[in-house]
Amino acid sequence: MSKSYTPGLKIVDKTEVSKDRLLPLSGKVHVDKDEQVNSDCIVASTEIPGNVQMVNVANQLNIDPDQTSSCMLVSVGGNIKKGDIIAKSKGLFGFFQSEIKSPLDGKIENISDVTGQAIISEPPFPIEIDAYISGKVSKIFDKEGVEIKAKGTFIQGIIGVGGEKKGILKIIEVNDVGINEDCKDSIIVLESYLSYESYKKANEIGAKGIVCGGIDYMTLSKILGYPLGVAITGMEEVTTVVVTEGFGNLKMADKTLNLLKKYNNKFCSINGATQIRAGVLRPEIIISSNDNININDSFNEDDLVISIGSQVRVIRNPHFGKIGTVSALPPDLVKINTETLSRVAKIKFEDGEYEIIPRANLEVILSD
Amino acid sequence: MNKDLKKINVILATDCGSTTTKAILIENISGEYRLTFRGEAPTTVEAPFEDVTRGVINSIIELEELSGRKILDKETFINTCTEDTNGIDLYISTSSAGGGLQMMVAGVVKNMTGESAQRAALGAGSIVMDIIASNDKRKYHEKVQRIRELRPDMLLLSGGVDGGTVSHVVELAEIIKTANPKPRLGSNYKLPVIYAGNKDATKKITDRLSEITDLEIVENIRPTLENENLQPSRDKIHNLFMEHVMAQAPGYEKLTNWTDAPIMPTPGAVGEIIKKIADTENISVVGVDIGGATTDVFSVFKGKFNRTVSANFGMSYSICNVLSEAGIDNVSRWLAQDINNEDLTNRIANKMIRPTTIPQTLDELKIEQAIAREALRLSFEQHKKFAVSLKGIQQERTISDTFEQKSSGESLVNLNELDLIVGSGGVISHAPRREQAFRMLVDSFLPEDITQIAVDSIFMMPQLGVLSSIHEAAAVEVFNKDCLVRLGTCIAPTGNYNNIDTVLDYEIKLPNESIKGQLKYGEIKIIKCPYKLFQCKLSIHNNLNINEKSEFNSEVYGGEIGIMLDGRGRPFTLDVKTENREQFIENWSKSTNEYPS
Repeated sequence: MSKSYTPGLKIVDKTEVSKDRLLPLSGKVHVDKDEQVNSDCIVASTEIPGNVQMVNVANQLNIDPDQTSSCMLVSVGGNIKKGDIIAKSKGLFGFFQSEIKSPLDGKIENISDVTGQAIISEPPFPIEIDAYISGKVSKIFDKEGVEIKAKGTFIQGIIGVGGEKKGILKIIEVNDVGINEDCKDSIIVLESYLSYESYKKANEIGAKGIVCGGIDYMTLSKILGYPLGVAITGMEEVTTVVVTEGFGNLKMADKTLNLLKKYNNKFCSINGATQIRAGVLRPEIIISSNDNININDSFNEDDLVISIGSQVRVIRNPHFGKIGTVSALPPDLVKINTETLSRVAKIKFEDGEYEIIPRANLEVILSD
Repeated sequence: MNKDLKKINVILATDCGSTTTKAILIENISGEYRLTFRGEAPTTVEAPFEDVTRGVINSIIELEELSGRKILDKETFINTCTEDTNGIDLYISTSSAGGGLQMMVAGVVKNMTGESAQRAALGAGSIVMDIIASNDKRKYHEKVQRIRELRPDMLLLSGGVDGGTVSHVVELAEIIKTANPKPRLGSNYKLPVIYAGNKDATKKITDRLSEITDLEIVENIRPTLENENLQPSRDKIHNLFMEHVMAQAPGYEKLTNWTDAPIMPTPGAVGEIIKKIADTENISVVGVDIGGATTDVFSVFKGKFNRTVSANFGMSYSICNVLSEAGIDNVSRWLAQDINNEDLTNRIANKMIRPTTIPQTLDELKIEQAIAREALRLSFEQHKKFAVSLKGIQQERTISDTFEQKSSGESLVNLNELDLIVGSGGVISHAPRREQAFRMLVDSFLPEDITQIAVDSIFMMPQLGVLSSIHEAAAVEVFNKDCLVRLGTCIAPTGNYNNIDTVLDYEIKLPNESIKGQLKYGEIKIIKCPYKLFQCKLSIHNNLNINEKSEFNSEVYGGEIGIMLDGRGRPFTLDVKTENREQFIENWSKSTNEYPS
C-alpha cells in the first residue's frame, strides 16, 4: 500500500536528545569527551575575522599598481596599529617620499599588484558556544565543536521566533493576570493564544521566552516590527516565542500542555529558530533530566504512516486541531467540496462524529 | 546514456519538488507515447527522513497501485520489461528539492556583465541570491560579509569584455578570496567557482582562486558589449550542479545512481519545453511555473529566451512573502466573501507552516487562488524588469529614430506581441476546474489584444523537459497529446476605458451557428468552442483597439474553455475599494463558470 504521511511534531516525555554545538569557523574545543556539562558551560570558542577595509596604496603614493608590493612596509599577515606607517614610496633619490598610515588596528590581509590596493582586516570578534542543554559530551568535532547528549523531554513547536534561551518553566493559568514579576527570567507557558498585550507584558517583565498554542499572524508581525515573509527565523532580537499549534486563536494540544504542566517550575532550554525549507527546523523545548530514565521513543517509518487505527490530528480548516482515529482509507480518489479529486481518510473524532478528510490535511500523532 | 531508444517503451519520470514528489508513467501504446498514470507523495529531504529517495519510492508505489504495473522490487527498479505488465525501460528525474541550486554571481558593472551572469545562472535553473558588482555601492567589507553569510552552492564570476578591464575583475576575485566562502551543503569539498570573464585576466584569477576554490574557467560571458555568450557558463553550471551540489543533498547520491540520465534542476527542464514551443510554432511565449517556494517565469520574444526566478514568491513556503509584498488589500480584492484581515492572514500563514495541506472548503480554495494571482502578478512584474535588451550597447540612430524613445535595456516583454501564455505548477495544473486556471492566468498576466492560454495538464512539464534531452520524440508526443491543454484565447482591447459603456461588437462563426453580441465595459464573456480556428469579427468602440486597429476580422483559436472576451479594461484596475467590487467578482465568476454555485 502507498504510504501517506505528514509526520507530526515530536512531543515525547522520555527521550534522548542530541545537539551539535558547532562553531561557524574552526576554533578551539574546551571540553572533553564524556564530560558532564551544564547548559551554560562554554564548550567551544573561536574568532570571526573582522571587517575588512581597503587602502588604495597606488593612488595615495602616486605609483603604478604593480609597484604596490615593493612599497609596502608590512607584509601579508603582519599586525598593525592605527597610525603605523604601512607603505612608503621610494621618492626621488630618497627625497619626496610619501607614506601611508594605517587607518585602523588590524592585520594586512592582502596586497594586490593588479588593483594597487592593500586590504586590512579589523581585529577579530570572539565567538563562544555554550552547551545549551545539560548533558554529556558525546562527540568531539576537532576544532569545530561538540555533540551533547541528554535524556529528558523534547517538544517541538510549529513556528517560533527568537533564539536559544534558558529558564524556569512557568505555567500561566490566566493569560494577563498570571504574567507578573515572578515570571522574570522564566519561560512562560500560555494554554492558548498569545495576544500582543500579553507579549508586551512578558517582555517588559523580563521573561526569557513564551510558549503558546496560537498567535495571530498580525500579532507576530507587530512583535517583529515587519511581516514575516518566509519562515526562516531564529535571529530576531525579541523575547523568544514558541507556538505549538499555528496561527489563530488556537488552544495548545492537551498532550503538549499536560507534558509542560508536569514539568512546571523545572529548568528548560528553548529555541524559536524555525526553517520550513531545505532542512526543516522546528522550534523546540528541551527539559533535561538527571534521572536515569528509560527511553521510550523508538519510532520507525511505519509509525509515521497514516494507516487504519492511527491517531491523527487535522491540520487545516474546517476541522483544524480536531483529534481522531483513522477508520477507513478509501483507495480511490474522492471528490471533496472544492471538486478536487483527493486521497482521503475517514476519521472518527473524539466526539464520535465521522468526517472525510484529505490525507494531506492530517498529521500522525506519535505516542510514547 | 547508452540505451537503444527504439527499445524504450515504458518511461518513469519523477520531479522532486520542494513540497511534493511527482511520478509519471509514459508508455508506448500502439506506436505512440502517452502519459498513462501519475503518483504523488510528500518530498522527504527533511527530518525525520532526510533522504529524497523515500518520497520518490512513495510516489512510485502510488503509481504502482494505480497502474497495476510492478516497478520496484523492494527498493530496486525492475529495469527490464520482461513482460507487458512489469518493469520500466528508462528512469529520469528533475529536482528542485532542498531549495534548488542557489548561486551568487559577480560582474564588474552590475547592469552589464552582472546581469549577463545573472541571466546565465537563471537560465541554468538556479536561484540568484545576490549580484556582487564593482559598482554596486557596497563597501569592500560589506561584500565580503555578504558572501560569507549567504553561503551559496556555487559562484559565477564574470567581468570585462575580452581585452577590457582586468583590475576590476581581479578585485572581485580578491573579494571572493578574502571571504573564503564555504559551501552550504557539506564541508568536505571546495566551493565551485566558474570564471567567465575577460580572458586576459584568466591567469590572475587562477592565481587568486585556484587554491581555495574549485575553479573552472569557461569562455567569456560577454566577449563584446554587443554579444552575450551564455551557453558555456550554463553548461558548466549544470555539470557542477550534478557533481557537487546534488551529491551533497540528502539521498541524492542514491537517486543519481538510480536514474539513467543526469538529474536536471526543475526550472532548467521547464525552460527547455518553453523554448521548444516557441521554436516549433515560431511564436512569442510566456511560461510560468508556480511552485511552493519559488515562481519561475520564462519568455521567448523575438527568439530571445529569458528566465527569472522569483525566489520568495510561492504557494506554500513563501506564501507569506507574497502576502507581505502584495499587501493584504491586493489579495482581498479578488475575494467576494466577507473575511476579516486577521482571519485571512492567519489562514495564509497556516499554509506556510503546513505546506503540504490542501484546501478542503471552497472558501479556502478561493483564498489560495487569490494569493496565486498576486504571486503570478508579482513574478511577472519582476520578469518584465529583468528580460531586457543588452545594456551598454551604443545604438546607431537615424533621423527616423529621433522621436522614438527607445534605448538599450528596454523590456523585451511586449504584451501586444505575446501569442501564448503557458501555466504550470500545482495551483494551476491541479485547479479543480480549468476555468479557474484560465482566470488566474488572465487576471495576473493581463494579456492584451489576442493571446492564447494553455496549461500543463497535470504538472508534468519538468519531467518532459528532461525527457526531451534524451528521447525528444517521446517528449514531444506526450507534450502535445497529454501535457499541453489549450484552454482558449483571451481577447482584450486596449486604450482609454474612461466613461465608456460598450467595448466591442462581436461575431464568431462556429460550425453550426454564428454567435453575435456586444461586450460591455466590466464584463467577461466566454464563447464555448473547441481548439480549432474560428472566424472572429470584432468592431471595437470608443477609440479602443486590438493590434492598434478598431476592426478585427481574422481567425482565433478556441480551446477547452473557449474564447474569452475580456471587457474589464487594459490597463485593468481593481482595488478593494472599487465600487460594487464584490458584485463584479461574483459576475466574473458566474460568467466564466469558475466555481460551483
